[in-house]
This record gives sequence, C-alpha cells and structure tokens, in this order.
Amino acid sequence: MIKQFFDRLRQTQVGKSIFRRNYGDSPKERMLAIRGNVFLHLHPTKTRSGAVKLGFTWGMGGITFLLFLILTLSGVLLMFYYHPNTRDAYMDVKDLEFTVPFGMYLRNIHRWAAHLIVITVMLHMFRVFMTGSYKPPREFNWVIGVMLLVLTLLLSFTGYLLPWDQLGFWAITVGTNMAGATPFIGHEGPFGPELGVTAYNDIRFALLGGSAVDSNALLRAYIWHCIALPLIASILIIVHFWRIRRDGGISGPN
Amino acid sequence: MIVEIKKTSELNRLKNPSRRRLFLTVAWSGLAALFLGSAAAFGRFFFPRVLFEPPSKFEVDKPSGFLFGSVDTRYKDKYGVWIVRDEEDRFFALKTVCTHLGCTPNWIESRNKFKCPCHGSGFLRSGLNVEGPAPRPLDRYKIALGIDGKIVIDKSIVYRGVPGKDSDELYPKSVLKV
Repeated sequence: MIKQFFDRLRQTQVGKSIFRRNYGDSPKERMLAIRGNVFLHLHPTKTRSGAVKLGFTWGMGGITFLLFLILTLSGVLLMFYYHPNTRDAYMDVKDLEFTVPFGMYLRNIHRWAAHLIVITVMLHMFRVFMTGSYKPPREFNWVIGVMLLVLTLLLSFTGYLLPWDQLGFWAITVGTNMAGATPFIGHEGPFGPELGVTAYNDIRFALLGGSAVDSNALLRAYIWHCIALPLIASILIIVHFWRIRRDGGISGPN
Repeated sequence: MIVEIKKTSELNRLKNPSRRRLFLTVAWSGLAALFLGSAAAFGRFFFPRVLFEPPSKFEVDKPSGFLFGSVDTRYKDKYGVWIVRDEEDRFFALKTVCTHLGCTPNWIESRNKFKCPCHGSGFLRSGLNVEGPAPRPLDRYKIALGIDGKIVIDKSIVYRGVPGKDSDELYPKSVLKV
C-alpha cells in the first residue's frame, strides 16, 4: 500500500521532475539505477561475494569511515556552542554538557568516536597487513593509509587541547616541547641553536603561534582540527577509496 | 658525419630556441617562481611578528624583601620564576619549568627540594637534578640589581642547565651578590 502511494507520487509533475527515469528489473537496468544516481554512483554497481566475508575483511575500514562521518557531523554541531579563546573555551564545554539539550550526549559521541577511530584504524591496518593486501599493485594505497594514520593522530592531538582543561594543556605542552627538541628545527634540539634557531623562530613557535601555550595556540589547534586537517584527510580518503575501486574493490580471499 | 650534423643541430637548438620553446620556458619558469614564492610566503605566515605575551623583563622586590636562605614562590604563578637567596647572601632566579617535559615543579619546603608532579623529577635548591627523569638542572634567568634598588629579572636571557654540571660554577653571571 505504501509502495502504491509512492508510485502514485512519482507519476505527478513534481515526482517526474525529480525521478526522471523509471528503471525496470533487468540486470542492466539495475546497474544503471546505481550508476545514474549522484549519491549511489560512488559505490560499485556490483560487488563480489568475498567482499562481505567479515572473517577476512573485518570491515574495519568501513567502520573507520563511518566514525569519520560521525566525528564530522558531531564536530560541526559542537562548533555552534564553542568559542576558541582561552576565556570561553573551558566554560563552553561545561555549558554544552549541562545547559544545552543533548549537549552531554553530543560531546560524549564525539569523544567516544575519536577514541574508537584510533582503535579501528589500527585494527584496519593490522588486517590489511595480515591479508597481504598491501602487496603490489596495492603498495601505494598502504602509503596513503599511513598518511591517514598520522592525520588521525594529529586530529586527536589538536582536538584534545580544545576544552582548554588541565589534560589538554599539559599534553600539548609536552608535545610541543618535544617538537622544540627536534634536531635542526627546534630551539632545544641538537644543531638548532648553532643555526640561530631560538624559542621565537623554531617549529614550536610556528605550531603555538608564540613562545607559550596560550590563546594563539588554542586558535591554531582549533583551525588545524576543524578545517585544515579534515580537508587534507578528506582528500587522502578520496584517493584511498579511488585506489581500492581501481584495484577491483576490497581485497577478498582468493 | 651524420653524427656531427646531429650534434651541431642539437647545439643550434639550444643556442637559437624557437619562439614556442622560448615562450614555454619563460612561462613555466614564471609559474614555478610563483609557486615557490607562494610556498615561502605560506611558511613565513605561521611566524607572527608581534606577540601579546607578558614582557620578559620585570622587577621583583628589594633584596631585603627576601628571606635569608629561602626560596621565594611569590612570583611563580605570574612570572614563572623562583627567587632563591642562599646562606651566603647570593641571589639567583630559577625557571619554573621541569627539564624533563615542561611541567611546573613545586617547592617542597619540608624536603628542601623541588618536585615535579608529572613524572617525579626532583631538584635541589640550586636547581641541580637529583631524582627522576629530568636530564639536567633547572634553567636560570638573568638577575640584576635595578636602578631603584629592586631586583630585576630578564627572562629573555636563559642560562641553560647542563647535565652533571653545577650552574653556580658554569654561569657565574646567573648569581647576584648584593
């Protein structure tokens, strides 16, 4: 009955302007229905039965992508109640938790998804290694995957500072001090001071936007976390998926 | 002879490029220069010229305002410095940053040493590292007597602690004798 209702809807002028082609049920028409749709055409029109063997694939790549989408959506929503300055940041997170409807739920979703995605990318990496799915012709995709791993960890690191609490502040202090101890580009690393690198022009200064973990550091972490890193990650994810499609879809047991 | 002709024409092509070759060379070089310039600007962009941080030079109390043989923690929160006056009436200024990974240690009067809450590094009153993962003594700042009789600290001049060495001996300038 519901099907008939929607069929009737599709016969109307408005319905026909949106759904312009009526596909039948032959294999060719089924494939065309997928290929002709802007959202669905990102998927392959056909998939091998080996692709769904969870014992082989674990599905961790797909779960990672799902978590990425959850993080993006929950992250965007969190941005509506967060000001990236040292005066407001901490109280904004507190206010979000206790005065905004579903605020605590939203914050928790974002935090849990962030922790889980680190675990799932590692499981995915482990699976790809164990099934030899990094071997030629798939070697470069593994490299893309490693870059995505680094981006995941950087996203975690930058996001951790945003609540401007003790955990985040000191984690970033330690992390940027490690950067400051890097050879050549850090003012406390070997060969750095000899090259004229000081606390005011080394890599740590560029990361923090200053010589201390202060308001500039918070703003920069915010921009890296919400704009720059997700953009780079999105581009690499697209390449990663494109490579998988081009190599014949997800690797399965022979 | 054919080889000679080929070589000569190769050289000729390099010496007298066609209009098309000339245009392409100039155009691609220009584009490359544009990209390199943009990349350099992009990198420079991340280093601000002006900082809104507290000034590095500041005054503290007159020498008589510090207790004999003590560590003064009054200026720890605001300026990140301990002013130490030892039994031989010498003053020095310790940087309140643990040399392990950068946390802020605490002065424990009862045990006569600084202890870092992060990983347990311990420092003597002179700043020498004696416990925990800290690899070197605490840094010191430049300390001097100001014109109006108050002690002046300059945080832009840091006497970096060297592993295994006494900062009193290594940096005689880090100690103020009044």
